[in-house]
Amino acid sequence: MTQASAEGRELGARLRERDLTAAPAALNLVESRAPGAREQTAQLLAAVSPAALGGEAGAHVVGLTGPPGVGKSSLLSRLVAGWRSRGRTVAVLAVDPTSRRSGGALLGDRARIEADPSDPSVFIRSSAAGERMGGLAPATRAAASALAAAFEVVVIETVGVGQSETEVADVADTVTVVVQPASGDVLQFLKAGIMEIPDVLVVTKADLGRVATRAVADLHAALRSLGSAQTPVIAVSSVAPPVGVEELLDALQAHRQALDLPARRLRARRMHALADFIAEHGERGLRALRGRREAERWLSELDPGLDVPTLERELAQRAAAGGGSMEQVGEPVGPGGG
Amino acid sequence: MAETSSPRLPEPDRPWMMRTYAGHSDAQRSNELYRRNLEKGQTGLSIAFDLPTQTGYDPDHELARGEVGKVGVSIAHEGDMRTLLDGIPLDQMNTSMTINATAAWLLALYIVAAEEQGVAERQLQGTTQNDILKEYLSRGTYAFPPGPSMRLIADTIAYTVEHVPKWNPINICSYHLQEAGATPVQEIAYAIGNAIAVLDAVRERLGGGEAPSDELMGSVFGRISFFVNAGVRFVEEHAKLRAMARLWDELGRERYGVSDDKQRRFRYGVQVNSLGLTEAQPENNVYRIALEALAVTLGRGARARALQLPAWNEALGLPRPWDQQWSLRLQQVLAYETDLLEYPDIFEGSKVMDGLVEELVEGARGEMQRVAELGGAVEAVDYMKAALVESHRERWRRIEAGELTVVGMNRFTSTEPSPLTAAGDGGILVVDPAVEARQREAVARWRAERDQDAARTALEQLAQAARDESQNIMPATIAAARAGVTTGEWAQTLRDAFGEYRAPTGVGEAAAVSSSDVAELRAEVERVSELLGRRLKFLVGKPGLDGHSNGAEQIAVRARDAGMEVVYEGIRLTPTQIANSAAQEGVHVVGLSILSGSHAELIPAVLAALRAAGIEDVPVVVGGIIPEADAAALREAGVAAVYTPKDWDLNRMMRDIITLVGVRYGVDTAVGA
Repeated sequence: MTQASAEGRELGARLRERDLTAAPAALNLVESRAPGAREQTAQLLAAVSPAALGGEAGAHVVGLTGPPGVGKSSLLSRLVAGWRSRGRTVAVLAVDPTSRRSGGALLGDRARIEADPSDPSVFIRSSAAGERMGGLAPATRAAASALAAAFEVVVIETVGVGQSETEVADVADTVTVVVQPASGDVLQFLKAGIMEIPDVLVVTKADLGRVATRAVADLHAALRSLGSAQTPVIAVSSVAPPVGVEELLDALQAHRQALDLPARRLRARRMHALADFIAEHGERGLRALRGRREAERWLSELDPGLDVPTLERELAQRAAAGGGSMEQVGEPVGPGGG
Repeated sequence: MAETSSPRLPEPDRPWMMRTYAGHSDAQRSNELYRRNLEKGQTGLSIAFDLPTQTGYDPDHELARGEVGKVGVSIAHEGDMRTLLDGIPLDQMNTSMTINATAAWLLALYIVAAEEQGVAERQLQGTTQNDILKEYLSRGTYAFPPGPSMRLIADTIAYTVEHVPKWNPINICSYHLQEAGATPVQEIAYAIGNAIAVLDAVRERLGGGEAPSDELMGSVFGRISFFVNAGVRFVEEHAKLRAMARLWDELGRERYGVSDDKQRRFRYGVQVNSLGLTEAQPENNVYRIALEALAVTLGRGARARALQLPAWNEALGLPRPWDQQWSLRLQQVLAYETDLLEYPDIFEGSKVMDGLVEELVEGARGEMQRVAELGGAVEAVDYMKAALVESHRERWRRIEAGELTVVGMNRFTSTEPSPLTAAGDGGILVVDPAVEARQREAVARWRAERDQDAARTALEQLAQAARDESQNIMPATIAAARAGVTTGEWAQTLRDAFGEYRAPTGVGEAAAVSSSDVAELRAEVERVSELLGRRLKFLVGKPGLDGHSNGAEQIAVRARDAGMEVVYEGIRLTPTQIANSAAQEGVHVVGLSILSGSHAELIPAVLAALRAAGIEDVPVVVGGIIPEADAAALREAGVAAVYTPKDWDLNRMMRDIITLVGVRYGVDTAVGA
């Protein structure tokens, strides 16, 4: 019942009309690998593309990432409440770091996010991360695109540091990295250039007082030395009484307003198409495109109006045509093959 | 010990205190039960409170639905406490209260009820369980976050040491750790680690920045008692208690500078093991209980101060007064008919016993070191919880593999029909469902009839005391009890000040079972998932206030090992929350676990919520302590399958669930071997 029988086009239309009750079925579809689901997903994504919407989807897509145990979920609970009191509808895609064992996964993150279960304007969906810590789940990009048409805020929560924000940055309008005081990792990663500078930095446990203030100061200093003094660093506390949450909401909003949204979303669509292409055709496919960098360059020259399924078809055609490579793409080697 | 020519004691020892963990429905009925029990020769009281009272909700709160008067008595205000203790002389009684998150409150109600009997607080004797860490680890009736909870504990200790000097303000529980799967080493180490966290918190609070005097710390140390468990491996279990006594003595001397030997004595009460009691051939439980009782009485060197025994039918449902009497009689036979109390410690000089103790002490030291390295027991809750889930998983694996024999369950299973369960009531107590409605009305009436100004003022002062860390919570709590404040109001005031809390589930870290055990299941999950298009997704939910999550955790871990995606959100969920999660997560099947006896109300409520969420076609399976008559009614209401403790083979349960999903979604009609 919840499977590919759900019409992609119809679900897309419902999301476009901001029918939030379409969200579960839409997610069931984009996660599905059943025969026909791929085509239905393409139809769904086409139905929520800028062409169909008459512009970019209105949601603010926020990436929230950081090491385990820093208090992301408590913070997210506060943020969700904050957005709700500002009248926004909110969807959360919680990508659980639980490593897959035997294909199975325990998704416990949802439990840590407090939300009123009778509030239809909050939607939370958990999924298991892919192969590596902090990565997105296979369907996260498509899920974010679909939900961005219906909800006013879409949060993608991942766990990790030093790599996870790169994948999230491909999807989110605003990347927020959350750290706790007295954990030097992020500082070191920033200084060493291992990690890209996020759009907003958050230091949790502001109730710890001096330690938290010190952490904020250290991050500011590091950002200045990297020539990024304007990046906001905000101290928050999720224990009662909460501190810094309103300020953070404002900072996220400010980043979004200053953003060249069409450019960021265009890049997100291209990265999404490339990720799907790689999932379907593997490293061999990527070689046929002469590597990631070359693929990204080539994508950047395509018509900005193309939607994700079209971009992916373009990539596949280019790979099949040789793309200047020495070998042809053979059978797909996607994760669902077999 | 002085050498005597006779191997006997000059005078036989006095028996331990005999209690029965009892209480159900309302104060009136429980009072009648207590009086009957005392007439039968019980020497102390052990009050069982219902889950709303334990978690700080009034009977008319949404979360209390189906739980009022179920696993214990409902006490919503001082009037209830007065009725509960009516005619029981509190200057002579020794009362144990199984109460934790709301311990400060129930102690205050007890003090005020005594006051009305004309008994001063100084004269009161008894115990409040008041151990919050094990609630996070196992039992689940917590209400506040760890920091404020530790403060409440420290406050009750500081208050009683001064004002109620014969009271045991905290009973550190290793009991529930064993129920959650702890090995003897874990049970010792985590309980002592927990005691250290409490003592450190009290030391800080009493000293107000400076170290309190050794004398004061000595009297605090001397008031800390333990509540332990004894399993059926009774020789090792006895050694465990001797090991605890040794470590406790050492701790008092070395860490807290307690010089008085008496204050360093390891004092403990016991409820013997319920984990090992079976639903299959339940009469065998009588033997298990008797052997477990030996573990805590046999050696004088580490004998229990107080003992309560479970009833033979606890795996079937709530025990009746007669079932409890049968267990009390066992204690009396042991104390008054046998020669147990006539000898000095019979294990003194035993190489085997000393060796066992040595082994356990060494193991416990290692594990205590680990907890200390993590920053103490409060900080190590996640670690300990994961370790317990893992131990329980291993225990269950051994039962399934036949490496651990449970007579009547995985071995020697052929049986004659049992006359004990053949009676019309199925051999258990059924709480009158009208109790809940009556209690709801009664609490509303109480609120309407009291002096409103006094209640409001008392709550304001309570809120102020809660916010001001320098104040002890007890005086404002006692004042609130006098002013007619209700249990729910007291707890809500503190929730507002302290915030709420969800404990870790411990399931994420549990190791996978060896793949050979679940290889077939994985193949099945893969196959059905391919047909479904998505990986089989399973929601494991615990509706209501029942915090006994061990079963749900094991199901969640096994389902993951079988290859499913499992959504598990821990305890205390409303039907709406469960339905909402099931809908949003797009799960294929929902599993619900309830052990508190509230299934008849809560399961239909979840089914209704699923219908309201538009996903009534998602199949629901239920597990718990569910009598067959109720199981039939649940199946009638639309539940696809009901599992009880006799369905101990988790792999078989998983196979059922995979088949159910395959058939229900029409992707597969002929699954399975």
